[in-house]
Amino acid sequence: MPKDGGIGASTKRREDIRFLTGNGNYTDDINLRGQAYVHFLRSDVAHGRLNKVDTSAAEAMPGVLRIFTGKDFEGVGGLPCGWQVTDRFGEVMQEPGHPVLAQGKVRHVGDPIAAVVAETYAQARDAAEAIELDIEELPAVVDMKKALEEGAPLVHDELKNNLCYDWGFVEENKGAVDEAFAKAAHVTTLELINNRLVANPMEPRVAVGDFNRSTGDSTLYTTSQNPHVIRLLMGAFVLGIPEHKLRVVAPDVGGGFGSKIFHYAEEAFCTFAAKALNRPVKWTCSRSEAFMTDAHGRDHVTKIELALDAENNFTAIRTDTYANMGAYLSTFAPSVPTWLHGTLMAGNYRTPLIYVNVKAVFTNTVPVDAYRGAGRPEATYQLERVIDKAARELGVDPIGLRRQNFITQFPYATPVAVEYDTGDYHATMDKLEEIADFSGFEARRKASAAKGKLRGLGINCYIEACGIAPSNLVGQLGARAGLYESATVRVNATGGLVVMTGSHSHGQGHETSFAQVVAEMIGIDANMVEIVHGDTANTPMGMGTYGSRSIAVGGSAMVRATEKIINKAKKIAAHLMEASEADIELKDGKFSVAGTDKSVAWGDVTLAAYVPHNYPLADIEPGLEETAFYDPSNFTYPSGAYACEVEVDPDTGKVTIERFAAADDFGNIINPMIVSGQVHGGIGQGIGQALLESCVYDENGQLQTGSYMDYAMPRADDVPFYQVDHSCQTPCTHNPLGVKGCGEAGAIGSPPAVVNAVIDALQRSGRNITHIDMPLSPSRVWQAM
Amino acid sequence: MYAFDIERPATIADAISALGTEEAQALGGGQTLIPTLKQRLAAPAKLVCLSAIKEMQGICTADDGALCIGGGTTHAEVAAGAGVYPALASLAAHIGDPAVRNRGTIGGSLANNDPSACYPAAVLGSGATVITSNRSIAADDYFQGMFTTALEDGEIITEVRFPVPEKASYQKFEQPASRFALVGVFVAKYADGVRVAVTGASEEGVFRWTEAEAALSGNFAPEALEGLTLSGDGMISDLHGSGAYRAHLVGVMARRAVAAAS
Repeated sequence: MPKDGGIGASTKRREDIRFLTGNGNYTDDINLRGQAYVHFLRSDVAHGRLNKVDTSAAEAMPGVLRIFTGKDFEGVGGLPCGWQVTDRFGEVMQEPGHPVLAQGKVRHVGDPIAAVVAETYAQARDAAEAIELDIEELPAVVDMKKALEEGAPLVHDELKNNLCYDWGFVEENKGAVDEAFAKAAHVTTLELINNRLVANPMEPRVAVGDFNRSTGDSTLYTTSQNPHVIRLLMGAFVLGIPEHKLRVVAPDVGGGFGSKIFHYAEEAFCTFAAKALNRPVKWTCSRSEAFMTDAHGRDHVTKIELALDAENNFTAIRTDTYANMGAYLSTFAPSVPTWLHGTLMAGNYRTPLIYVNVKAVFTNTVPVDAYRGAGRPEATYQLERVIDKAARELGVDPIGLRRQNFITQFPYATPVAVEYDTGDYHATMDKLEEIADFSGFEARRKASAAKGKLRGLGINCYIEACGIAPSNLVGQLGARAGLYESATVRVNATGGLVVMTGSHSHGQGHETSFAQVVAEMIGIDANMVEIVHGDTANTPMGMGTYGSRSIAVGGSAMVRATEKIINKAKKIAAHLMEASEADIELKDGKFSVAGTDKSVAWGDVTLAAYVPHNYPLADIEPGLEETAFYDPSNFTYPSGAYACEVEVDPDTGKVTIERFAAADDFGNIINPMIVSGQVHGGIGQGIGQALLESCVYDENGQLQTGSYMDYAMPRADDVPFYQVDHSCQTPCTHNPLGVKGCGEAGAIGSPPAVVNAVIDALQRSGRNITHIDMPLSPSRVWQAM
Repeated sequence: MYAFDIERPATIADAISALGTEEAQALGGGQTLIPTLKQRLAAPAKLVCLSAIKEMQGICTADDGALCIGGGTTHAEVAAGAGVYPALASLAAHIGDPAVRNRGTIGGSLANNDPSACYPAAVLGSGATVITSNRSIAADDYFQGMFTTALEDGEIITEVRFPVPEKASYQKFEQPASRFALVGVFVAKYADGVRVAVTGASEEGVFRWTEAEAALSGNFAPEALEGLTLSGDGMISDLHGSGAYRAHLVGVMARRAVAAAS
């Protein structure tokens, strides 16, 4: 292993030094000469007709440079949707327009109506208050089922109703599934809600648009998980700027959790206004604004049914979900309840027949899109909750019921169109039983009872499909993008390397773990490898970071590019040592000739590449720089088994997490410490969803949880010390590192474990409570008791 | 924020004079007022910052044994310096977070009288006296409903005098998001009886639970409260709990406060 840590070393995160000492370069740290500031005037009603937007008084206010309204964007494209879903009847989804600034109507609280650009932020805000609005308030649709009723108000007047699509999967199996239910020995049914969440990254969104009059180039600095995607979407579909005249920079980004994947109106506005005003234009989102403009997550209402035969084998699953799209289609919204959800409904189990129905619905709420896990937590939650309920109804051990139905043969083709390449679900469950100390539970339960507390144990298994995604497959499924990843490896003359990746790091520690991979391959110190990301001007076209894809797809691209480097370097080494290329070996940063004591150092070869005096110029070019694009042949399938122990206070309904154990199989692991951190963070967010977080609208579409006074985020004292283990490793069979990805696992695996534990505690105390919807707040648990 | 003028007087007299002008607003620790200004929900012409007034800061014991806390004393100072009244020190130590406790003041909290704030429960539960720039107000007369007090325009709280009880405890059940009191119950046992004050629960703001006081004055034990219930009518009902839930929690927290009183 290289001395500073290659693959498998828990190297400390190099980027943390700048993050923790205030030396990060976040988008809000970027201030350009002559910069002006924009403030968006936003709708305070959920649904209304814009009869008048009179900016004349506001334009006369001090410092105002210009006020933009929907009229200024009439010739400009709307925000595009990147995924087109085809419904059960073969029709494409209803796809409404999404203007940069509202045109004619406002459709959710926070919808931008006008944008005031002024010399200072305070002046812009003052002037916005002087804009005269005449909004005719219309009845809002908030509840999804009511939105689909005949005669419901239309969110989009040009659509025939509020149904985006009615998706069936696998539609051809519907009849067989119904038949299996008719023949089932036992059917368990559960209706549940997967609560709407607000992502709440630590850093709110920021955008700075810039325009260079001398070159005609536009630059956008933005808080994005995927700057190349923003450049393509904004350039090609909104503003009509070709990629070579548009640069998008996403510098240090303080968390995203999905909410910074999407192309937002403010990004397009700042880029557009910078050109219109010939001045940089900056927008910094306030936390209050973030609550009503960042895409929200989850928000599914589901009925799931599980059919079992007389031996308790799962025979069929049928689910019926309403998925909230909000007022507009955010960038990848249609894919989340469909291809990222339905395809995971088999979970870890051999269920031969599955049918998933999803109705996606427009409402007068903030758009909903991918949030950590995206579709997979929704699938896991309903499946693992219904299995737990079935075990209780049948009077069998919930672990035994799961084990009995585990998939054990790989590869395994599910009835929902994916093929799991590898896994060992019994191994992770065995590991969980060990680290969670199941045998000690009864003693702990008695100790809790002695304090007047109800203790419960909840189990959950999960599988996720990540390493997103094979481009040809997702293209067939409606994606309007490829999902490969890229890397350019540039070796400098003195041997150091710069790796330019299309992946983006916004907290994941890529700068450390990616360097470990390249260092390991060459056998050099990881400090000789620099990872560059986040700027379309100096990285190859890549699709960014989400869906636990970066090490599996971005890392694979980096491996392929580094392999090309090594192959070329071997040719140079062979020339320098007058040996056959086939005999050259690279180990510990040294090229040697097999069977001899001849060797040249890595640095000798890299120097020769750039000072090619003694060099095979007739055969190969000077220089040492290679690019690779990697398109995965399948998803990766991390899996795991989680256990949560809770105490419930019967007097108040308050739930506390006492223990939490996670046994994950992520395949091979590059940096175990970073992986543990990812799991910790994911579990924390999952506990947040299960116990605390909930985004609530009232019946008029007013956001009731618009700040941390009412939206409960998990804090350090809400979570326990975790026992995490990732020693069960079945390497991915189809990528060069054998890695699967770990970013979303915790958020997928933990909510059902928490809820199962609370139900277990209540059941053990003799209360016949089979379900409580998340978040399991003290008030809800008390109400249920 | 909208633009405003600010003055930072060094004496109570100067503060009162500064507050005499149109649309002037006293600024204590600013833990409510500053966020309100930032959201542009208030537009005072002038802020009169009380933080430089040394004569209304600090903690001492009066000849009659009462604990006297200056109106400009921060929660952190009370947490550290009110050791003779442990329940009060503990209450102060659990308000908000360290940033709030190092800026927020007892006078500011009482003047605001947030229905979910902790201090009103201590003041009412202790039968304390609120001393202002021109008079003394008994706790029972001071609180007049949520965000409403006996304070007149331009009047500021200079001191609060707490009679020190034999035993007391404050038990707070936190609202999960804000961690303000969803329900907080302050129980204090004096030689002449028990006082029980409840914050967070009622639409009328902090109140005394007189049935519980009567029961506990006869028998200061959690069992004395068995069977006593409050109605959920008139209790705050919101995302975080119904009126009935709050009414139930009052009983739970009161019993816990009695059990924990020291």
